[in-house]
Amino acid sequence: MKISMFHLMPHRELPDDFEERYHSVWVDPPFHELATPERVGDYYNWTLDELMHAADLGFDGICVNEHHQNAYGFMPGPNVMGGALARATRGQDVALVQMGATLPTTNPPIRIAEEYAMLDCISGGRLVAGMPLGTAMDANMGYGITPIEQRERYYEAHDLILKAWQSRKPFPYNGKYTQLPMVNLWPRPVQQPHPPVWVPGMGSLSTWEFAADQGHCYCFLSYFGHARGKAVMDSFWEFMDSKEKELNPYRAGFLQLVAVSETDAQAEKDYEKHIKYFFEKCLHIAPEFTPPGHQDYRSLENNLRRMLSQQMSEQQRLSDWSFKDYVDNQYVISGGPASVRDQLEELIKSLRVGNLMLLLQIGSMPHELAMKNIELMATEVIPHIRHHWTDEWENKWWPESLRGGRQMNAEAGVAAVAGGS
Amino acid sequence: MAAVSERETTVWQGKVQSRALVAGDGPPLVFFHGAMGLTWDPFLDALAESFTVYAPEHPGTTPGQPDAIKPIDNLWDLVLSYYEVFDELGLESPAVVGHSFGGMVAAEVAATNPSRVSRLALIDPVGLWRDDAPVKNWMATAPDKLGPLLFADPTGPAAQAMATPPPDPETGIQIALRTTWSLACTGKFVWPIPDKGLKKRLHRITAPTLILWGEQDGLIPPVYAGEFENAIPDAHVELIAGAGHLPQMEQFEQTANAVRGFLSE
Repeated sequence: MKISMFHLMPHRELPDDFEERYHSVWVDPPFHELATPERVGDYYNWTLDELMHAADLGFDGICVNEHHQNAYGFMPGPNVMGGALARATRGQDVALVQMGATLPTTNPPIRIAEEYAMLDCISGGRLVAGMPLGTAMDANMGYGITPIEQRERYYEAHDLILKAWQSRKPFPYNGKYTQLPMVNLWPRPVQQPHPPVWVPGMGSLSTWEFAADQGHCYCFLSYFGHARGKAVMDSFWEFMDSKEKELNPYRAGFLQLVAVSETDAQAEKDYEKHIKYFFEKCLHIAPEFTPPGHQDYRSLENNLRRMLSQQMSEQQRLSDWSFKDYVDNQYVISGGPASVRDQLEELIKSLRVGNLMLLLQIGSMPHELAMKNIELMATEVIPHIRHHWTDEWENKWWPESLRGGRQMNAEAGVAAVAGGS
Repeated sequence: MAAVSERETTVWQGKVQSRALVAGDGPPLVFFHGAMGLTWDPFLDALAESFTVYAPEHPGTTPGQPDAIKPIDNLWDLVLSYYEVFDELGLESPAVVGHSFGGMVAAEVAATNPSRVSRLALIDPVGLWRDDAPVKNWMATAPDKLGPLLFADPTGPAAQAMATPPPDPETGIQIALRTTWSLACTGKFVWPIPDKGLKKRLHRITAPTLILWGEQDGLIPPVYAGEFENAIPDAHVELIAGAGHLPQMEQFEQTANAVRGFLSE
């Protein structure tokens, strides 16, 4: 297994009645009513500290991502965070999993090729290059990308970035969306021919096809847990089998919310309100901010049929859910170390995933509690589950110099907690 | 109701197949539909009493041809492809009527090659922008918020007809699919701000032009009627009382009479 910590960098102190008072957490939440730049500075620094804590304790990777105009995650420049983390983890064998800079919204897209190459140089070849398509809220609403062109822009940007990394000579690029007279990237990445590429997705067939054809790792980024993710991942593996691709578990990644405490009872006490905050406030997203065209025609047709068959969406029911509902329905894996270990084992086997991304700071979870969650995960859980797949399969989608694996570092954790809070 | 026939058109080096609905008798009239797709309605029936109405569907919006939008990269391609549609339909210089997004297309076609349009009627067209009266973003508005923008009377019969779901679910899916994909395809030429330089081209229009506007258009405020009138050399405005963004639905007789009267002058 490769187990990374994923961070969204959320607003941790939205008002209790946020979802009643405000239209959406994404696109139009008013900054000045809800936040101050000074407090946001605390959030960014806590985020970096939490990710560094995971790195110090022996997690395999640390992940950041990109969102715009979004109170549940506002790292508009993931490579700004990545730069800080690359420097701070110098000498450690932890991967920088940038999940990542959004291709269709970065112009010209070679900016991503340049910044990722910088991160790979600074980190000595520890970069995983995430290449997201971007959500409608980010790309269409935040950055004005024409919805029906978004996917085509993505494919073009991807091809340009890979060519810019690998070409030995300068070349002109005559694309539909980007024209450049002479592409000659400075710097070039340490990893050759290029850093491993991960493609995040939400289960659409066209993304699987793309990941399979390009030989990239596909990451299913769902907030709804492994029980609901199973149908998608089963179809994914069937699809890979039909394309005669090796069913290497490292070809897939999965995001899971996890909250571990000393006991099951203590987990409920520690985490219930933060889990409810995440699902009720952070996912309070106005549906009209996904404009027509963001989904291609076939996905649109599938989704219209799916919506008809589910008379009432899960989302509407969530406001009544308690800790127990979230855990029983496996949206969140939470409990004492033994329960969390068992459930993660089940996830790893049933989804057949080799790259696990754990969201360990959830919603309003305060810094100290997030540090505890990371610490317990590192000391009580990960040592028991990280052996999976390692003997049978090679993780070709991980920086080569880091494939050997890390040791957990309990002492670093104790020192950091003692000195840090 | 007029007998409506279908004409297939294939343009743009054979890459774009679309359909035009055709009905009526008399001189040719081209109708460009709005962003939500083409529906043959009583307004078009009324026009077909005096004209042969050709209503082409915008690329990609014809059922069964969702990919026809792909070879049309931008507004320039769209306008040029419509001259090819005119050629296929055998239309040299027809009268042209356009509603909303179709109004912008009609104005662009009339401005780019003025000889291809004899008379022009624009009904609540998009295409211009004023910071003090922004056009509402119809592609990112919740369905329950859209009614009051589109209709002077959001509880009236025209609004009700649009809001009533069809009796069987499969029809509902087909309508939702068609409407959403029409918005997606037409959105290619206007997202994110429906101002693509028409203001620099309107002065080229030579066709006598009627600008019709629903007095209570909440989507594109009627101040834009004056903007079009000032920019087009031979143009005048008529406001339709008791109508929002869809006067041809909400006040169809008055709107049809105004268009027919003007085009028959």
